[in-house]
Amino acid sequence: MNMERNGLNNKSTFLAVSEFIAKNKIGFLLIIVLYSALFILEKMMPPSSMLFVVLKKGAIYALVAVSMNLLNGFTGLFSLGQAGFMLIGSYTYAIFTIPVEDRAAVYQYFDGGIIRFTVPVFIALIMAGVAAGIFAFFIGLPVLRLKSDYLAIATLGFAEIIRAIFQWNKLGPITNGSNLLKKFPSFSSVLFPFTVAGISIALIVLLINSSYGRAFKAIRDDEIAAEAMGINLAKHKLLSFVISSFFAGVGGALLAMYQTTVQASAFKAAMTYEILLIVVIGGVGSITGSVISSFLFIACSEWWLRFLDSETYIGSFKVPLLASGFRKVVFSVVIMVIVLFYNQGIMGTREFSSEGIARFFSRIASRNRKEGA
Amino acid sequence: MEFINKNLPYILAGISLGGQYALISIGYTMVYGILRLINFAHGDIFMFAGFAMVYLAASTPLYVSIPLVIIITVILGFLIERIAYKPLRSAPRMSVMISAIGVSYLLQNLAWYFTSGLAKQYPKIPWISGSITIGSATTPIVTIITPILTVLLVIILVMLIKYTKIGMAMRAVSKDFETSQIMGININSVISFTFIIGSFLAAISSILYFTSYSTVTPVAGAMPGLRAFVAAVFGGIGSIPGAVVGGLIIGMCENITKGLGWTTFSDAFTFALLIIILVAKPTGLFGEKTTEKV
Repeated sequence: MNMERNGLNNKSTFLAVSEFIAKNKIGFLLIIVLYSALFILEKMMPPSSMLFVVLKKGAIYALVAVSMNLLNGFTGLFSLGQAGFMLIGSYTYAIFTIPVEDRAAVYQYFDGGIIRFTVPVFIALIMAGVAAGIFAFFIGLPVLRLKSDYLAIATLGFAEIIRAIFQWNKLGPITNGSNLLKKFPSFSSVLFPFTVAGISIALIVLLINSSYGRAFKAIRDDEIAAEAMGINLAKHKLLSFVISSFFAGVGGALLAMYQTTVQASAFKAAMTYEILLIVVIGGVGSITGSVISSFLFIACSEWWLRFLDSETYIGSFKVPLLASGFRKVVFSVVIMVIVLFYNQGIMGTREFSSEGIARFFSRIASRNRKEGA
Repeated sequence: MEFINKNLPYILAGISLGGQYALISIGYTMVYGILRLINFAHGDIFMFAGFAMVYLAASTPLYVSIPLVIIITVILGFLIERIAYKPLRSAPRMSVMISAIGVSYLLQNLAWYFTSGLAKQYPKIPWISGSITIGSATTPIVTIITPILTVLLVIILVMLIKYTKIGMAMRAVSKDFETSQIMGININSVISFTFIIGSFLAAISSILYFTSYSTVTPVAGAMPGLRAFVAAVFGGIGSIPGAVVGGLIIGMCENITKGLGWTTFSDAFTFALLIIILVAKPTGLFGEKTTEKV
């Protein structure tokens, strides 16, 4: 009897999944095409190409930006603690994956540290997320009661506190004090960050489309109305905060792998601001917007706008203004223009979807037909 | 007595630093009181005033450059409000705050561009750069001047708010934005005036602060700015005496933690204090209670 019901349940889940895939056929096809394109690209282009730097870092920032968007854009909690949670993630990952034989060299001032084992990369990535999530839980308990800008400043403060704690010399046997952590496993293929970030973003999308996601949006739109409708504010806010921090932690671990070294002093408030600006450029409340703007932001800052930073001569004519630091000035002006005049960002709250593209093309086609007739 | 002798330099330095924070935090507290906006760019206005002094003092005598610095900083604060905050007056609070973060990012990057990221030596100002001996402790004159100047400026400011027409308008706007508009108060001029006062005090504070720290960097405004904001919250946002008391406490705490050899934790301690205050008494020491209307 029981087995039968289980079988039935399995069957219905299977049906639901296959139905879901059938409904999003174009989307899945696009994802497969994207990953195979990446695979082929990697075989064809020299690995030192700037393109791969952009793709790797862009994927990582996309994950972190989406995790911040879950909090700021979908739950309406204006938090500025993302850098702190990334720091926890990257340190957790690094601490538990440095090979035992290299520990003496890395922890040279602390007798090789006190942790004498390593865990596989995959488990370390999850641990990174869980560690960030646990911290977020305990930070969230007191802080999430605060209102918009007080919440922002309190989470910013917590990120600074976390940074100070990780640099504390007394914790050196675990965190290596203010020294670098290095020699942990990293990735060389661009597929690795894409897969991890892709799965994480997919999970966030599923969450947003679930009943929890609807509750988050209700809280964002009107807290008091949401509470009146029976949504447990404290529980849902904490849930959103912990999940967002979990993925920020995973993103931090990926960032550590990308950089191959970790140092707490790099995770300043400026990093959070950068991610916040990515979210704003993409559109607060749009997942695909955050992803697109991450790649754009990284491509501009690492590659396309690099020429602004070097003095250039055309013949004997020195191009004015170009000098070290000019790129960031241009950047910040662009950001201010977006904030002031296009406050919807690239996507607003819309999403980029396969159905949307299909609709777009069919609309063009029908218009052409009309014009033809 | 020996304890006091030993710690007098720290206490004096703490009071002076606290006075400098107090001057910055008045800018935060007044803007927040009226616009409900954390002006993230305020710390960078303070940094900008530092750089303006570095460049102006190189080409003009001090009695010209000091007033010029103050005027330029005030103009900067006024322009920031007009360009970056005024168009967003009816937008959600989050957008205004993002705009403030954007302005801060822009000012820091501009400073980086013009200075190539190098720390600049702050000019010596003869009247306040020297040293003075009190009891057994030798301290720079600036540590004595700062608290006096702070108290003087705060008294003038409180008088201004209490007894002048514009001060009355400011109080009205901070009580109720919309009603005061209906009563015929020109909101925009009141807000501009608030930013002008804030920037004026930030400019004076920057002269005192950088004289005792001797170098200016593009990020020099970020942490003092945040600490001053913490001071404003501590004293109760919107309250000027609160900002002064908060500034003094934050400044003292910072110097005490540094004196105990906990330099890594001086910022963390400040923020821990902020979080405790926010959770335990969100209105701060002198803040007024607000109620949420549905």
